[in-house]
Amino acid sequence: MTWILENWERFWEVTAVHLRLSIVPVLAGFALSIPLGWFASRSAKARAVLFPLANVLFTIPSIALIVITPILIGVKILDEINVIVPLVIYTVALMVRSVSDALAAVPGNVIAAANAMGYRPLRRFLTVDFPLALPVTIAGLRVATVSNISMVSVGALVGLGGYGQLFTEGYQTDHTEKVLAGLIGTVVLAVLADGLLLLIGRLLTPWARAGR
Amino acid sequence: MIEFRAVTKRFEDGTIAVDELDLTVEAGTITVFVGPSGCGKTTSLRMVNRMIDPTSGTILVDGRDVLTVDPPTLRRGIGYVIQQAGLFPHRTVLDNVATVPLLSGWDKRRARTRAAELLEIVGLDPAFGKRYPAQLSGGQQQRVGVARALAADPPVLLMDEPFSAVDPVVREDLQNELLRLQAELDKTIVFVTHDIDEALKLGERVAVFRKGGHLAQYAKPQELLSAPANDFVASFVGRDRGYRTLTFLHADVPVHPVATAKLGERITVADWTLVVDEQNRPKGWLSGVDGEVEVGEDDLVSGGSLYDGSSLRGALDAALSSPSALGVVVDDAGAVTGVVKADDVIQALAKARAAGEVPK
Amino acid sequence: MGAWLFDPAHWSGPTGIPVRLLEHLGYTLLTLLIAAVIAIPLGAFVGHTGRGGFAIVGLSNALRALPTTAVLILVVLWAGLGDFPVYVALVLLAVPPIMAGTYAGVRAVDPMAVDAARGVGMRESGVLLNVEIPNALPLIYGGFRGAALQVVATATIAAYTGAGGLGRFVFDGLALQEFGQMLAGAVLVALLAVLVDLGFAGLQRLTVSPGLRPAGTGGKR
Ligand SMILES: Nc1ncnc2c1ncn2[C@@H]1O[C@H](COP(=O)(O)OP(=O)(O)OP(=O)(O)O)[C@@H](O)[C@H]1O
Ligand SMILES: [Mg+2]
Repeated sequence: MTWILENWERFWEVTAVHLRLSIVPVLAGFALSIPLGWFASRSAKARAVLFPLANVLFTIPSIALIVITPILIGVKILDEINVIVPLVIYTVALMVRSVSDALAAVPGNVIAAANAMGYRPLRRFLTVDFPLALPVTIAGLRVATVSNISMVSVGALVGLGGYGQLFTEGYQTDHTEKVLAGLIGTVVLAVLADGLLLLIGRLLTPWARAGR
Repeated sequence: MIEFRAVTKRFEDGTIAVDELDLTVEAGTITVFVGPSGCGKTTSLRMVNRMIDPTSGTILVDGRDVLTVDPPTLRRGIGYVIQQAGLFPHRTVLDNVATVPLLSGWDKRRARTRAAELLEIVGLDPAFGKRYPAQLSGGQQQRVGVARALAADPPVLLMDEPFSAVDPVVREDLQNELLRLQAELDKTIVFVTHDIDEALKLGERVAVFRKGGHLAQYAKPQELLSAPANDFVASFVGRDRGYRTLTFLHADVPVHPVATAKLGERITVADWTLVVDEQNRPKGWLSGVDGEVEVGEDDLVSGGSLYDGSSLRGALDAALSSPSALGVVVDDAGAVTGVVKADDVIQALAKARAAGEVPK
Repeated sequence: MGAWLFDPAHWSGPTGIPVRLLEHLGYTLLTLLIAAVIAIPLGAFVGHTGRGGFAIVGLSNALRALPTTAVLILVVLWAGLGDFPVYVALVLLAVPPIMAGTYAGVRAVDPMAVDAARGVGMRESGVLLNVEIPNALPLIYGGFRGAALQVVATATIAAYTGAGGLGRFVFDGLALQEFGQMLAGAVLVALLAVLVDLGFAGLQRLTVSPGLRPAGTGGKR
């Protein structure tokens, strides 16, 4: 803790980088997974392709994905995009399933009633299906966010920023407190982000807790 | 014999589920606990095998205070059947039934042989033994539940709404099966239901509970119908209890001859004619045609319950439900022996009443 | 990558692919064993008694937030290089999903079946071992296989502190700027993950009662 207080500016700087590197992929991955998850919830064929693909993507070690990305998209190894792209991939791999399961779990009679009242497909998706799928979707989003926040650090093994830098520097200089500082930062960020999402979920879906 | 002596159960949240219950369940009988939802039937039942312990009072099973016996040991000697059977989804039907014998230390082969026997006793093809519960219908699962409870041949059987999750036809099958089994096995059975018809059908003695675990009346079924102890019992037993009382009356009703005909025969019908098959079993009624006709399947008017000589209720119902107002009487083989009339049933009832057979 | 991967020179010796593969598999299996021994009894006990569920869920979530790299480095700084820090880091990674799966699995067992288990005279240990755990197995395997995938993928990081496993190829390749070697390492890890998952899927088929398969597919007819 004293390290954090004594090096407040440095700590704040890595925190900002860490936040950026974890939140951008969560948002991008979430946005991508909504259409993909919708597609998967409607088509067995789409599921048969998307789910196994998602599983395989998961098995690729993050460090490997981080070092491969620059070769594949032709940027420098020290570009932040090298952490962002793998994390987007992980987020999508995780969220496609959540979104698809959540949409598939919306009661059929509700959908039938909405159709009967004359909703058009897009409007129905935005105002009926998606809101009803939110509780399960947000549960998935919480898992994705927490694991992203903890995974960003891996980027430091190839020299990228975030709390991971404190780990590698601490390792090289035998500086335990520095490593601990990064660890505490990561856990606090994860807990805060998780709590925030929980809160957002409750505010967005007041009906989910009614009648309990 | 099961005795409840001043048994009270107060749950931690202060709910008094059972209040000072005194009741004796005779050995070798089916005793039914009936009452509205939440009146403490399940709680009373579960105190017998110590799934719940009473707050105060004593429960004796065959003279032994259940609180002196360690619960698992006690339960292995008491069969327990619950709603939706509570079968173990991961075990085959045969292994489900073999559970208690195995727990009691039987070897596997003997337990399985016994389990297969039991499947037959409850009316299931032993081939079902290899299936898993998910592969059975609700009624079949319920039979397996009964078989499992009977496996170690316990003298006492506790049944908590065992037949409430199946459709009315299957339920009636299961009820008849239980009566048949009980005639053979002679167990002490406590049966919980909130269905008064089921209670009156199965119970030799019926305990009517009211909210708060109070015993409103404990009597034979016909007594509940004819002499409800108070308004609560009267209203719970229901509006047609006068009619239901007939279930328990077995008086002679005159059987009249009836004109019968077989399919394909040429006959002259003036009034109602009963069409029968080769074994003289009823197929339907024929009427409304003048002059000579050939009896064809299409002309038959079906309907009407059959009276097999069981009770006045059956006789009256046969007459009332028949299109000809004549109740068809059949013998054990299902062959027609004649017809009964509603008027005769009413007269038989009047006679029984005069003879004091119907309590006021 | 193909050139590096199929060069026979890389398939032999103490730093060859087979040795690294076995090391990686060794880390994975021993980690999973240790994690299962810790997580399954804990999750099952809490699931059975229903007490401490909040703590279990909270603990799993907190553990999930722990960056494995940091744990690895910290333990190395405290206890020195070797396999021990690798196991600490990987076990901490594997415990949450297995514990959460076990807890959820036991909680999800049909309460009627549990009631019936007590009703026929099983003792609490029997209820847990003979009814709750067998019925919870599908969810326990779900958590376990998820943990296995993560452990195989993450064991790669062990090489950062000089330990063995397939991660060596990734970090050595990175240091030498040999992208073929790096890529080969990554592909081998992914392959191993798929194989390990297949293995556990097979084990699951063998050990989970056919009665618990989704409706209509279970058992012989
Ligand atoms: N574990 C418990 N804690 C608190 N109250 C309970 C508990 N179990 C039952 N009760 C209460 O005790 C009363 C009697 O419950 P019981 O289950 O015996 O009713 P029942 O007659 O079997 O009803 P039903 O026909 O609905 O099954 C109810 O008011 C119920 O809410
Ligand atoms: Mg009940």
